[in-house]
This record gives sequence, structure tokens and C-alpha cells, in this order.
Amino acid sequence: MSIRNDFPILSRSSRGRPLVYLDNGATTQKPESVITAIDSYYRQHNANVHRAAHELAEEATALLEDCRNKAQGFVNAAHREEMIFTRGTTEGINLVAQVISERVKPGQDIVISQLEHHSNIVPWQLLAQRTGANIKAIDIHENGDLDLAHATDLITGNTALVAITHISNGLGSINPVAKVIEQAKQGGALTLVDGAQAVLHTSIDVQALDCDFYVFSGHKMFAPTGIGVLYGRLDLLNELPPWQGGGEMIDHVSIESSTYQQAPFRFEAGTPNIAGCAGLGAAFDYITELPMQTLIEQEAELVRRALSGLKQIPGLRLIGEPDDRASVISFLLDGSHPNDVGTLLDQQGIAVRSGHHCNMPLMTRLGIPGTVRASFSLYNNEDDVDALINGVAKAATFL
Amino acid sequence: MTLDELVETFEFFDDWEDKYRFIIDLGKDLPALPDADKTDAHLIRGCQSQVWLTYKITEGKLAFNMDSDAHIVRGLIAVVLVAIQDRSAAEIQQLDIEGIFGQLDLLAHLSVTRGNGLRAMVSRIKEVARSQPA
Repeated sequence: MSIRNDFPILSRSSRGRPLVYLDNGATTQKPESVITAIDSYYRQHNANVHRAAHELAEEATALLEDCRNKAQGFVNAAHREEMIFTRGTTEGINLVAQVISERVKPGQDIVISQLEHHSNIVPWQLLAQRTGANIKAIDIHENGDLDLAHATDLITGNTALVAITHISNGLGSINPVAKVIEQAKQGGALTLVDGAQAVLHTSIDVQALDCDFYVFSGHKMFAPTGIGVLYGRLDLLNELPPWQGGGEMIDHVSIESSTYQQAPFRFEAGTPNIAGCAGLGAAFDYITELPMQTLIEQEAELVRRALSGLKQIPGLRLIGEPDDRASVISFLLDGSHPNDVGTLLDQQGIAVRSGHHCNMPLMTRLGIPGTVRASFSLYNNEDDVDALINGVAKAATFL
Repeated sequence: MTLDELVETFEFFDDWEDKYRFIIDLGKDLPALPDADKTDAHLIRGCQSQVWLTYKITEGKLAFNMDSDAHIVRGLIAVVLVAIQDRSAAEIQQLDIEGIFGQLDLLAHLSVTRGNGLRAMVSRIKEVARSQPA
């Protein structure tokens, strides 16, 4: 089955050719229903949420709080109050890094992995600088899989936090996060999973994972930019201090001091991204109505087709051949820079990403300047795959 | 090759393929910078690929050596060098380098980010020219 027709942008051209959009790891395109939801929010319901005593405010509040319910269902959280709206994955991670500061002691370890995006590295470096903690990274095997034996070595009773990506944005490796979380729990560490690349490519169940925090962005799952979700375990959230002060997050304020709301409002100072929630809510609805299992299998088949076609191109080297791969293919053409290949694909209307993908430590670990990355979504089809294979084969003749 | 010859050559090309093949070939012919010169101090910030620049002055003329780890960027460097090589600092300050790329219809074929890298190259060249004693 094809959902392409739901996405208006996919019928445009690029560089005079039909658009082949394979940069879904960066952001996904938006279906008509999401675009309409944002439009109709501003045309018909726009008001500030939670406080005003009028019909519009009630409607806007309902849109926002319905989106929270849908987010709860999407990750199978136990309580709706565990869903905190953020600007996206990056803000969610920064929020956690701020509010757990007092729990991290000098000399303790923050364990991440070699596969992390900069947004799951730099906030922890800032936390380590504030607290005197150390950053340690779980290494990978040559094929891009996480080295679980190394994880066992690094995660100890001295570990304050383990923060790990669910799916690598650079190589597509699906990490055995449940196993890592289990190890972290044994030593009493907090756990955070970066789900930015996991939404749409695997089902997410925070109760089964048993993580303390799970973060993701709306824009990588058909919703607009600037809205994302942080899941946090409720009893933990209510023990943690706020990170930003302002309206919405307080219980009572005097000139001298304030008391704060419980989660989620404690962590949502200021007017939230209501239009973003209207779009995100519509994206949850859209995804819920899709036969996700069929589409994920279809996407996996496209990735296999692309891999076998690309492997035929002389001089093409796959970067990372993880045992368990989702939606991402990274590669290089011998003797050329990834940006050369990216530019030559762009000229053929094929949108991929070239460079380090905000994975500089991973690229350094692999000894390469970056990769060309084709990343798929549920609306891609065989024509896209064939255009990619032919486009790369053509680029190879230039270089 | 002179700038006029370059402009003439580009006028022959009617599709992106010929243009890119030509640029990449120019890049392949560009003399490489010695590895010892590929240092952080010579790196131009703001380019997506790595670009290094060194120069020397002989009889009042600036001679630039530039290199990159990407073929297309090396080709663009070759084009820039045609425009700026062996000129005085004052002449280079007067040059509209981005205008030359416009004339070659090259900017239209470069992504915004790569365009920014080109701007970074141009501004470094201008900075070198400005820093020379008059």
C-alpha cells in the first residue's frame, strides 16, 4: 500500500526532476491532515491555554491536552502527566540534564555510546562540567553494533546516568536498549533513551523498556518542527526541580518565593507551542490509523533493495553494517568526499544528507570525514530506491 | 587559462552534467597542497568540506595555494584561482569574485550551504589582501 498521496510536497519536482526525498532522518514531510490541523487551529481555535474563561481557550486547551493523551498512547506510558511538551529531542535532553544536576555527584560516571548524536553528548558534557562527573562512551563493533560487553564494563555502581540512542541516526543500528537499561538499573543509574530516530520505525513502549526518560521530536514523525515530547517516570518527575521559571509552572508566587505545580506543568513554563500540538495531535491520529506493521515491513524491504543495488556499484563502501538496521544507509564512494556525492545526487533531484550527521565522535571513531546518508520513511517507494541506485552509479562516473 | 576563456567554456555547457564534469576535472588538475600545510591555522572556517589556504608575495603579487578534501570544492578553488592569481593586494580588493561565479552561472548550481563555503573562501582571500601593507 502507498501513503504517498497524503503528502503534498512529494509531488513537487527538484532540479527539474521528480523529487526523491531520502533525508527522512533529518526531518519527515507532512501529510495533508497535519497541515490542515495547524491551519484550522489558527483559523478557528487560536487562544492561550489553561487559564482563560472563554470558549476559544477551552478548545485550544482541549487540543493541547488531547495531544498529551495521544502521546501517552503512542509510547504506552502509564500516566498522561508523564508527557512533557518540549521543542524537540534536543530540548528534552537539555531539560533532563538541568533537572538532575543535584543528583549527579563529583566523580560519578555519565555513560553514553559512541553512536550518539551531538544532542545526546553536549548536554551531558555541560552537566559533567557543572557537577565534576565523567563522561564515558560505550564502544561499537566494526559493523556499527553496540559492544554490549563494553557496556557491562562501563556501567557500574558509580554510574549516575546512562543515556543512549534507540536507533543510530548515522548508521541505522537498532540498539538493544532494554538490555542496557536493565544493566543501568542494577547499579541504580538513571536512564534516558533518545528516540529521535525510533519513532515511525519501531514501536515504543516505555513501560516495557522501563527507562526513566524517553525523548523524541514531532518533526521526524510527520508533525511540525518545534514540538517534541519528553516522557519521564511520574514519581521521579515530581521529585525533580523545575528548569525554567515563568507562567504555567507555578502553584503560588510571592515576591520572595514560589511553589511549583506537579508534572507536567512544572516543566512547561510559558505559553506552549499550541499550534505545534495541534499538528502533533493530527500526526498521532494519522499514524494510529495506518497499518504500521505492514508499512514498517515495506520500508525494511526497500532498505534491503537499496543495499543490494548499492553494493553492485564499484568503489562503493557501506559504512556500518549493523545486524539490526532501521531506515538508514550510510556509504562512501572511494576517493571522494561525501559532499561531492551529495551535490551530484542533488543535481538529479535526489535529497540525501552528506557530512558528519552531528555524529563527529562516531566519524572520528570510524576514521572518516562523514558519510552520504540515505534515510527512508514510510512513504518512500521502489522508484525512490531505483533513482538512488542509478543516481549514485552516475555520480561514481564523475569522481 | 584566463577568466574570459573560462566564461567562454561555460557558455558551451547546456546541462549540469557537462558543467560538473568540467569543474571536477579542473579540481583534479589543481596542484595539491603539501600535507604539512594542511594545518588548522590554514583552514577556512565556515566551509562544509575542509579548505586550506596559504599564500606568498613575490614582487608585489599575491600567489595563493588552496586545496580541499572534496573534488567539487577543488574545482571551485581552481575557478577562484583563475580570477585572483598573481594580482596585487589592491587589485584583489577591487575584484567582485562572487560576481564571477554569477557570470559562470555557478552559484545557481551550488547549494546554499556550499554557497556559504564559497563566501567563506572569498572573505578569507579578501582578508589576506586587506592585511597587506599598501
